[in-house]
Amino acid sequence: MEATELLSLYERMALIRRTEKAAHDLFMSGLVKGTTHLAAGHEAIAVGASAALRPDDYVFATYRGHHHAMARGATPEECLAELMSRATGLCAAKGGSMHLTKASANMLGSYAIVGAHLPMAVGAAWSARLRGTGQLAVAFFGDGATNIGAFHEALNLAAVWKLPVLFVCENNLYMEYTPIADVTAVARPAADRAPAYGVPGEVVDGNDVVAVRETVAALAERARAGDGPAIVEAETYRHFGHSRADPAAYRPAEEVERWLKHDPLDLARGRLAELGVDEQTLSAADERARDAVQRAVDAAKNAPPPDPREALTDVWADGGAAWRT
Amino acid sequence: MADVITYREAVAEGIAREMRRDPAVVCLGEDIAEAGGVFKTTVGLLKEFGPERVWDTPISEQAIVGAAMGAAMTGMRPVAEIMFSDFLACCWDYLANEIPKVRYMTGGQVTVPLVVRTANGGGLGFGAQHSQATENWALTVPGLKIAAPATPADVVGMMAAAIRSDDPVVFFEHKGLLASKGAPPPPGHVVELGRAAVVREGADVTLVALASMVPVALTAASRLAAEGIDVEVVDLRSLIPLDTATVLASLGRTSRLMTVEENPYQGGWGATLVSVVADEGFGLLDAPVRRIAAECVPLPFADALEEQVIPTVDKVVAAVRSLAAY
Repeated sequence: MEATELLSLYERMALIRRTEKAAHDLFMSGLVKGTTHLAAGHEAIAVGASAALRPDDYVFATYRGHHHAMARGATPEECLAELMSRATGLCAAKGGSMHLTKASANMLGSYAIVGAHLPMAVGAAWSARLRGTGQLAVAFFGDGATNIGAFHEALNLAAVWKLPVLFVCENNLYMEYTPIADVTAVARPAADRAPAYGVPGEVVDGNDVVAVRETVAALAERARAGDGPAIVEAETYRHFGHSRADPAAYRPAEEVERWLKHDPLDLARGRLAELGVDEQTLSAADERARDAVQRAVDAAKNAPPPDPREALTDVWADGGAAWRT
Repeated sequence: MADVITYREAVAEGIAREMRRDPAVVCLGEDIAEAGGVFKTTVGLLKEFGPERVWDTPISEQAIVGAAMGAAMTGMRPVAEIMFSDFLACCWDYLANEIPKVRYMTGGQVTVPLVVRTANGGGLGFGAQHSQATENWALTVPGLKIAAPATPADVVGMMAAAIRSDDPVVFFEHKGLLASKGAPPPPGHVVELGRAAVVREGADVTLVALASMVPVALTAASRLAAEGIDVEVVDLRSLIPLDTATVLASLGRTSRLMTVEENPYQGGWGATLVSVVADEGFGLLDAPVRRIAAECVPLPFADALEEQVIPTVDKVVAAVRSLAAY
């Protein structure tokens, strides 16, 4: 990967990291209600995969999905305003942290029922084939989703129909609070299931944006060519807990330390240095990300709340909510 | 076209008409293509439209409905079949959490124009897990439209409306009506969802029924006419949108109201309907509202037991007689 592209991916990752940090601080200070599931640490998966996709490809994500919305072009302000229940939020404050969606970029949603969106991605891939568009669908999901029925139904159907869909598992070692290894019959929760469906299952360092991009690009090309779906298992680690204020005390200190040393931003910085990009350029990128997120926080804080009448819109395609005639 | 068409044939005819006019309409489900459906409600579709548009799926209800959702979000108008309505429970997440909510929770960014068709109801002796009337499951979920036609012409007309709808529609095809016959609908027949039909006019009592309970109500009305009780029968046709206007107007003429429901009394659609009547039509009533619904037990297997549970003509006649005398 050339320095210019990598620098751009780095800056996108830095923007996501800063946004997640801001989301955490806003949650702790009571300005974000409900819950958040932060993706700090997972940035390289979203950004690397996105770099391998066409702009019109379909992306489906989970409740830990801020990074996917942003990787497909959602701004920090749109995301933070949504978290803060502002009218200017990505979903007009009707979705919240777990449902970030940017349909105009074909980022078709973040779903909070584990595994539910995998069949949707299969359907989007089916649709793309029927319409002859050459588009791909990608479902991102956590390791926990590999033990739910929808994962297996989706894999089988996608394989039988040889659909252009990729299943990208973000394996951060924990399904909520429980080590995934304690509750899964195979060592690699996603990749080890691939042979059962006759599809490729690649394990990749999910903190290495270059490796993710390369892996996804190769499998995307294959899928677009009509050779069917594939699984990517991207190994990564959460920098925050599962949700809200979870301190993640169930994770061994040594493990946390090891993974924090394997930070996706640091890895990208190292690669950029090898490509001759100087520290000043990297600092400038960091600064731009920090300033953009600070502006986003200020803008979201100053944005109005939703019009209460919006509670009764958008149930039906006519914009309304009438249930009787 | 033939002089009469069966309800069963009307399902395939209704889908085929929409597939001819819109290439975005595609079908998926278990045994729907080569086999023509276990109830033969999709016969001829594979031959006319080919395997790209009529797809046999594995027994994977979540994948069927989830894939339909993904396709609907991306430009198609899928018609997914869930073989028996009891099996909706296997993919209930999609009908309770995904399909009806995605438009709302994205602030209107996403549209989901799909139809989930399913064979519903009792009367064929399939026992407790293949016989339930489950429309009321869907009625608990804001964001789903619900169609349950009683005649072949309505099957075609409401199928057209359901497939053309930009909203998700759960389409209940009643197993007990599949062999029933009726006049074929004219070309281009569309029955808008949310429009009940007064299928028999009367002055004394309004019977509101749905799907297989419509012929039960009509037969009861004929018998009661011989006793001098003049019954009006309203075929609700859709549960969402719920045509309360037609029911209230009928009540204005008869002053007496009874619902006839195949689902268990607990949680039935009649309860929602009569709560609207209690709110807005209390002054029209000359007698208490009555609901005739199934007993609150799982559906038993033997005919002799099933008829103890599901409303019958005899039960409706007796109940109307008592209501008319109030």
